[in-house]
Amino acid sequence: MKLGTFFAFLAGAALCFCAVGQAQAADLPPIKVGVYLPLTGQNAFGGQLELEGVRLAQKEMPQVLNRPVELVIVDNKSDKVEAANAVKRLVERDKVVALIGTYGSSLAMAGAEVAEKAMIPGVGTSCTNPLVTQGKKYYFRACFIDPYQGAAAATYAYDTLGFRKAAVLMDMTNDYAVGLSSFFSRSFKKLGGTVLATLKYSSGDQDFTAQLTELIAKKPDIVFMPAYFAEGAIIMKQARELGATFRLMGADAMDNPDTLKLGGKAAEGFLHTTFPYDPTMSGMSAEAKRFTDAWKAAYPDKETNVNGALGYNTYFLIVDAIRRANSAEPKAIAKALAETKDLPTALGKLSINASHDAEMPVGIIEYKNGKRVYVGEVTPK
Amino acid sequence: MSLDIFLQHFFNALTLGSLYALIAIGYTMVYGILRLINFAHGDILMVGAYFVFFGTFAFGWPWGVSALLAVAGASVLGIVVEKAAYRPLRDAPRISALISAIAVSFFIESLAVVVFTGQPRPVLQPEWLVSEWQLGGVRILPLTAFVPAMTMALVVILLYIVYHTKPGLAMRAISKDIETTRLLGVKVDNIIALTFGIGSALAAASGIMWALRYPQVHPYMGIMPGLKAFIAAVFGGIGSIQGAVIGGVTLGFVEIMTVAFMPDLSGYRDAFAFVLLVLVLLFKPTGLLGESMEEKI
Amino acid sequence: MRLDRNTFLSIAVMALFGLMLVQAETFLGDYQIYIVKLIFINAILALSLNLIYGFTGMFSLGHAGFIAIGAYVSALCILSPEQKEMMWILEPIIWPFSTLFTPFWVSVLAGGAVAALCALVIALPVLRLGDDYLGIATLGFAEIIRVVIVNATPVTNGSLGIKGIPGHATLLSCYGWTLFTLIVLARLVFSNFGNVLRCIRDNEIAARVMGINVFCYKVLSFCLGAFFAGIGGALLGTHLSTIDPKMFNFLLTFNVLMFVVAGGLGSLTGSLLGAAIITVLLEWLRAIEEPMNLGFVELPGIPGMRMVVFSLVLLGIILYRREGIMGTRELTWKSLGTLFGRGKQ
Repeated sequence: MKLGTFFAFLAGAALCFCAVGQAQAADLPPIKVGVYLPLTGQNAFGGQLELEGVRLAQKEMPQVLNRPVELVIVDNKSDKVEAANAVKRLVERDKVVALIGTYGSSLAMAGAEVAEKAMIPGVGTSCTNPLVTQGKKYYFRACFIDPYQGAAAATYAYDTLGFRKAAVLMDMTNDYAVGLSSFFSRSFKKLGGTVLATLKYSSGDQDFTAQLTELIAKKPDIVFMPAYFAEGAIIMKQARELGATFRLMGADAMDNPDTLKLGGKAAEGFLHTTFPYDPTMSGMSAEAKRFTDAWKAAYPDKETNVNGALGYNTYFLIVDAIRRANSAEPKAIAKALAETKDLPTALGKLSINASHDAEMPVGIIEYKNGKRVYVGEVTPK
Repeated sequence: MSLDIFLQHFFNALTLGSLYALIAIGYTMVYGILRLINFAHGDILMVGAYFVFFGTFAFGWPWGVSALLAVAGASVLGIVVEKAAYRPLRDAPRISALISAIAVSFFIESLAVVVFTGQPRPVLQPEWLVSEWQLGGVRILPLTAFVPAMTMALVVILLYIVYHTKPGLAMRAISKDIETTRLLGVKVDNIIALTFGIGSALAAASGIMWALRYPQVHPYMGIMPGLKAFIAAVFGGIGSIQGAVIGGVTLGFVEIMTVAFMPDLSGYRDAFAFVLLVLVLLFKPTGLLGESMEEKI
Repeated sequence: MRLDRNTFLSIAVMALFGLMLVQAETFLGDYQIYIVKLIFINAILALSLNLIYGFTGMFSLGHAGFIAIGAYVSALCILSPEQKEMMWILEPIIWPFSTLFTPFWVSVLAGGAVAALCALVIALPVLRLGDDYLGIATLGFAEIIRVVIVNATPVTNGSLGIKGIPGHATLLSCYGWTLFTLIVLARLVFSNFGNVLRCIRDNEIAARVMGINVFCYKVLSFCLGAFFAGIGGALLGTHLSTIDPKMFNFLLTFNVLMFVVAGGLGSLTGSLLGAAIITVLLEWLRAIEEPMNLGFVELPGIPGMRMVVFSLVLLGIILYRREGIMGTRELTWKSLGTLFGRGKQ
């Protein structure tokens, strides 16, 4: 045996001993929690941040009921089929008792379908489509839903900014955009405003000049455009080039550091709704501050962000349910999750309502002088 | 609709239409000579745009230099694709070449996802191209004038090459009868490689224009423009360079004016383009300026 | 039908295979059953396109449109009225779709029938075009169908799609519908009707000279192909349990075209093989993106590699075996006999 191989063997053996040693240290078997998030593919950005948030929370509270919590992490690759497969694997092979996931409503729907059949409770991190938990006994989410977000955007535009004439520009092939636009319009009309026009485009379009010129001719005060950040940045640029004077407002899919990078000067004055956490917010709660400090210590080269906070929160939500249920049985956890009330979290006091959604206010971001600013929170009427 | 607004729509349509025309002439040139729908055209457009992104952002080269290198790089890529994926199939049924073209297109796209990641990236726009001119109530970017001018210039160059040079003569001969051309001593393989080189250079040029107008690059950016320009080329009569220009500009106007005159039907915009295409094909089965094909017995 | 030895053998094999599938749940996992069902559905789609393109020579790129129609019609038929009322959150669903509620097999046939009807409307104008132009026109119609589905929110729920479609497509029913498609098409293709179609494919002018009403036969073949595409779409919808307009894009048509070309244009058994092999290959390639542990070193998974490898495999097939697995030949008892006979010699 060569010397190098021998040392490698020794090292391997030592590792094995360590592993055995650790297993003996924990007197009870670990509680397995499955995490399925888009770590690659088009939603990778959000998924990775949320995973970092989940990991941060697990580091802070690695035990519940005197048993260690073990995270089993699977990548759903931003793909519906993969998301369903991922949940199947977590439930069948890894025998997890609860699930965390995921960013992206269509992925969460695919995963929730499987979880529901297997009767394993799951908590969505940032899937805002109402259909994710609709009619489900075992699926929850740690965020608000689109009807609520749309109503909040309308309330902010109508009440706080005092606008009376709005218009909508949406990707008609995107379910998220179509849903939010319709909820915004409904609420804005209910408040007493008028929606002058709803203009549409399809995914992959890059020329919005026709729609924007049409909007300029209609002279609205504000245009609601729930696009993804890359598309949204192009819309901002073209609106500016055409000399648009109306304000543009987006939703949580615009909440991305790249919005400013891609939009450049055109992002000035842009508004969007988001979850109620931001590193620039004033009057942070103790929990939010704890999250911010923990994040800065763990990932010093990455800015704190709302997706991280959502992942962080979701973990605590599940651990809290396990603690209150005093059991790691899936059914007991689901029951406890449904009863969550006023849990203090980084995103404010969190309660789960009858439709299994988290109730929390909606935050508003504005881009001022080339910087993003958290201007406040709205609770829709 | 006020005159100002109409003029604004008019210039928007002209810009978009010339971009489509620029992409369509590359398509139509390859088709006219080889009867091959080069599905990878849109992806070569994307690669050209990425080259410019890397040239200006990552290496900090001036615009002109990056653009020239992008065009050169894309033509090399086009020649390689022809040699690897199309040449072996020259005598095969047309469907084989078509599927090969689609496979190449998939390959370039998915390789771009692996290499460049799927994140969209911003492209630097030179200041002089994007400082608006205000003409009455109409706002025009210098880009709006630059793109059609560029398209016209490239069309003139291309027409010159095809109709007034020796290789151009050989290209036209190949499009009529490839075997006879070979017998007459023309190095057919070289001429076809040249065709692909020029076609890909045009794709890269349009990719650069596209990235100037819509300043982002991502791996799938070539698909929609490619498909639309292809429709434009068929509409104008595929194989005809003038037809491609007419088709591209018409498509730009249809897309913009649908939204301008029927904002409530803006959701049906893509359908209108296709309906128009089908209508034209019904009355002129080879497109507006296409040569009529006689049936061979 | 004459009951000769070969027919008897075929029926026996089909029945045996059916019996095996009844027992499948005892030896196959959920995931494997999912793949097998997908193979059956893809086989139906491949067979239907093969009729249009492989046997009649009409280059149609509009298959995704017919599949979409089949999937939507069938989903509207089998969802309960309460489910529909709950799901159409943007605009309420309009009558008569709101009260429509039919058994599964009716919904599948309805999906096929509506797809065939649409095909008839499309065929009358576009089948006069030839070659690439036909391909582009049909591609255009498929896109138009998709745009209409996106915009017709009161019927289709727009881009939100339809979720929670009851999973009636069991392994056996998928198998049954595949057999139905295969038998109908085989009876057709190997009859005089089939000869006429092949004649049109190989030499349209000769067919016309012989007094065949070419247009009529083309329309018939096109509509029949669309009918089976609709059936395949209906099964696909219940199999996946969710459908949305984005699924039915050009990529779907291209996938089906791949099954047909890989199997062999103008070969029914080829389409079955092509669908099975490519479906399995596509699923199996998912493993490439997983991180690989080679014992001594851990290779990180590379996202997106799957499509890179898949496109290379496609290129390889088309460059080195462009006639596909079967060419225009069929896998018959006779050819199997010759194959094994030769093996013995």
